[in-house]
Amino acid sequence: MAAPGPGRVSVLLPTYNERDNLPLVVWLLARTFSDSGIDFEIIIIDDGSPDGTQEVAQQLEKIYGSDKIVRQLFLLPSGTAYIHGMKYATGSFIVIMDADLSHHVRLHFMYCGKQKEGNFDIVSGTRYKGNGGVYGWDLKRKLISRGANFLTQVLLRPGASDLTGSFRLYRKEVLQKLMEKCVSKGYVFQMEMIVRARQLGFTIGEVPISFVDRVYGESKLGGNEIVSFLKGLLTLFATT
Amino acid sequence: MTKLGQWLCGLALLGSAWAALALAPLGLQPPGPLRQALLPLPVYLLVAFGCYSLATVGYRLATFNDCEEAAAELQEHIRAARADLRRRGLRL
Repeated sequence: MAAPGPGRVSVLLPTYNERDNLPLVVWLLARTFSDSGIDFEIIIIDDGSPDGTQEVAQQLEKIYGSDKIVRQLFLLPSGTAYIHGMKYATGSFIVIMDADLSHHVRLHFMYCGKQKEGNFDIVSGTRYKGNGGVYGWDLKRKLISRGANFLTQVLLRPGASDLTGSFRLYRKEVLQKLMEKCVSKGYVFQMEMIVRARQLGFTIGEVPISFVDRVYGESKLGGNEIVSFLKGLLTLFATT
Repeated sequence: MTKLGQWLCGLALLGSAWAALALAPLGLQPPGPLRQALLPLPVYLLVAFGCYSLATVGYRLATFNDCEEAAAELQEHIRAARADLRRRGLRL
């Protein structure tokens, strides 16, 4: 395996039933990184998908080479994909993103640019500032999103404008430190990471991102999600 | 200290200051008009905060960007990706 370059970026892609989106995401990542001359690797962490995601990942490994595509299969409790994936990451920066094409991959290199610009420990994507935004959201979903974010800002004063977006770049040591400290699961885990990062004095830069609604597959925002968000928010409020 | 702890401390501080001034025993009370204003102050503040919240969320909702270009660009990228991957041997 080739030794990692100094600025290598490891992308952690947890997948579950992403047979359609995965090749597209990988293609976009590969192209974006090679266009901007950034050394990268993509770590696909599959949660035992029954739809053939692993076969697709295997084909991608053949196409791009096994130094660029690293495949792992686990049956994982939710939220632990990153912990497992990180063990295999050889880069000095780690990008966490969703494999469902809701994040606009072109912006990756902006992340790396932003990180260099401010020498930030974490660069976080935000839908709420600059020309960040969403596509395909109805009024109700936007209202819930803004309402939830307002509540989060009031209660947690996190110092970042978008806590539930899951598109971030971390320095590897920073992510490792945060993983040790964070105890939540799912996307509350994402929120906890930013809150703890602030407490530990890490610097956070922000980049506006466009969150395009899922191209393939179902997006979830029902009553259950809202209840679990509130529970998570209150837990963080009381414990951090 | 946790955020909850900070809130409780802040509320305790403000609450005791308010109680000391507004509910003071006769003789130590501040002048009449001041007392009139102090008594309902917590309710006023709550209502004011409620209005601020509604206004802020409403404004942010109205200015929430719709990324038409990004969506269109993504569709284009998807087309290019599928063509290229097929060429490279991916069986979709």
